[in-house]
Amino acid sequence: MSTKITIEPVTRVEGHGKVTIHLDDNNQVERARLHIVEFRGFERFIQGRPFWEVPVTIQRLCGICPVSHHLAAAKAMDRIVGVDVLTPVAEKMRRLMHYGQIFQSHSLHFFHLCSPDLLFGFDADVAIRNVIGVAQKHPELAVQGVMMRKYGQEIIKATAGKKIHGTGAIPGGINKNLSIEERDALLKDIDQQIEWAQGAVKLAQDYTVSHLDEALAFANFPSHHLSLVREDGAMDLYHGNLRAIDAAGETVFDQVDYANYTNYIAEEVRDYSYMKFPYIKSIGPEDGWYRVGPLARVNACNFIDTPLAEASRQAFMAVTEGKPNNLSLAYHWARMIEVLHAVEKIQLLLHDPDLQGTDLLLKGDRREEAVGLIEAPRGTLFHHYKVNEGGQVTMCNLIVSTTNNNEPMNRAVESVAKTYLSGQTITEGLLNHVEVAIRAYDPCLSCATHALGRMPLEVQVLDREGSVLDRRATR
Amino acid sequence: MATTAPSGVLVIGYGNPGRLDDGLGPLLAAALEEAGGWTDVTIDADYQLTVEDAAAIAAHDVVIFMDADTSGPAPFWFEEVEPCASMSFSTHSISPQAVLEMAHSLLGAQTRGFLLGVRGYEFNEFGERLSPNAVRNYREAFRFMEELLRDRRFDEYAKRYAKHSQPLGDDGALRRQT
Repeated sequence: MSTKITIEPVTRVEGHGKVTIHLDDNNQVERARLHIVEFRGFERFIQGRPFWEVPVTIQRLCGICPVSHHLAAAKAMDRIVGVDVLTPVAEKMRRLMHYGQIFQSHSLHFFHLCSPDLLFGFDADVAIRNVIGVAQKHPELAVQGVMMRKYGQEIIKATAGKKIHGTGAIPGGINKNLSIEERDALLKDIDQQIEWAQGAVKLAQDYTVSHLDEALAFANFPSHHLSLVREDGAMDLYHGNLRAIDAAGETVFDQVDYANYTNYIAEEVRDYSYMKFPYIKSIGPEDGWYRVGPLARVNACNFIDTPLAEASRQAFMAVTEGKPNNLSLAYHWARMIEVLHAVEKIQLLLHDPDLQGTDLLLKGDRREEAVGLIEAPRGTLFHHYKVNEGGQVTMCNLIVSTTNNNEPMNRAVESVAKTYLSGQTITEGLLNHVEVAIRAYDPCLSCATHALGRMPLEVQVLDREGSVLDRRATR
Repeated sequence: MATTAPSGVLVIGYGNPGRLDDGLGPLLAAALEEAGGWTDVTIDADYQLTVEDAAAIAAHDVVIFMDADTSGPAPFWFEEVEPCASMSFSTHSISPQAVLEMAHSLLGAQTRGFLLGVRGYEFNEFGERLSPNAVRNYREAFRFMEELLRDRRFDEYAKRYAKHSQPLGDDGALRRQT
């Protein structure tokens, strides 16, 4: 009889996650799965809403990445109101908001979620392998993390207007520019932020290079990579066309208008997970799955158009001799390259007088259907809407970043389980490595409320027939 | 790290207003902001507590966290929270105890922290409304906060409105194995 071992939850990722490891009769890992308890119903919730309020309403979906949803929805609604190209001030304000979001989210992930693993080792006691441990042993890094996160949030506040239900992006443009006072306040700290970002890249790079053997043995598997790129192939986190490459770097498709994404991407439903499994249609569900996020973006682009980040990208690509890097642990290095790119972009934008422009909004001929797409911190984020003549949303389909990374995360968990599980016992070491593998992808599982007293945690053991052999619940 | 002397009271209401009663915290913050007239009080609202809140906390003498509670006594409870180095289940969001600990250990703050837990009942759907009982609790909590911010008798009120149940926020080590 095969046995199913359940680990729940995965600490230090958002929301609720559960890992099941299925053993065969010889106590060998047959398969492993990451189950994400996704809060469903938002697509129905949005139906019937007036389209113009969706960029604000959609932020209720997630308290972790509201800015990404805000901007993806706004991009879709631009097309609904017939606007394909924004005014310079509108596009640049949105870009500033987005780079602020990338900067703060990646910084938080690196310093407060990932750095404990890198600084103390995967097998370190969880009592010290956490953000407080970092604060005690490396206080300068912990402070940097706080201050970088704070800086990104200040950019969001200056561009979106407020932290909850920001309203900066509206269909066809924006509702505010950046005042001179806001600009100067942000410029005051920019040099420090760039210096810290460079330090973060170095930390991630040094770790990866000095632990290359470990990284090669850890959740290392080939995959396709999907991201937006600019028309000239540059990394572009806000806007561009879709590119997919295979594990060797060969193009699967390129410069695809994301409005036509349904011709290229499909979603598979599997019985054990609420979360769908996207794949490249031309390859099929078995082999067409792909990675998104920092690793995929750095792999897929031809270059980065900011000098410091481009130098870092070249060092990154040199490790694999210019071919795509398929190491799950390389996500951290790629993430820090994007932090550096984001803060370089922020600096350029803050010196751009267009941000004080007053031509904020455009209008065009109404459309009934539109897609908005953005490279959110965790990866490609799809928003697809249909709107009736009365201006009400009649259809909403979202493919969030974590969904795009669903199969790779499952593969990562299975790879680690096969390497580190011995017998039927979940050791602390196995648990740590499973967490590290999932955390590399920075999944957002947070479509759940967080109120005091919530966090019901359940542990289950099931036999092959699915009967529960044991169950434990924490508070 | 704190460069200026901390002063005043910071009030942070957090939760998701799009998830029914989970929005109790930010709704209270909005109501207090709208009421206005406070002396040396800073009011903030967010979806959740995050690490950078430590910087704002360090700039104040007292921080009051306001959150929805799924199981505490109605209409609300109010207690002092101690800095605690426990690890959260996730640190894109962080517990009041942990963010207070970060303010103390990283930024050299001595800020005192208090937590207002307002009982909610409905959390598992999307919706921008409070359940009927949560509305009642919200009103009681608002009146309490008005009085608290006016009188500043934190210790007395924390004793009077204590939850009297298991310790708060022990969200570290939340995993089991079988």
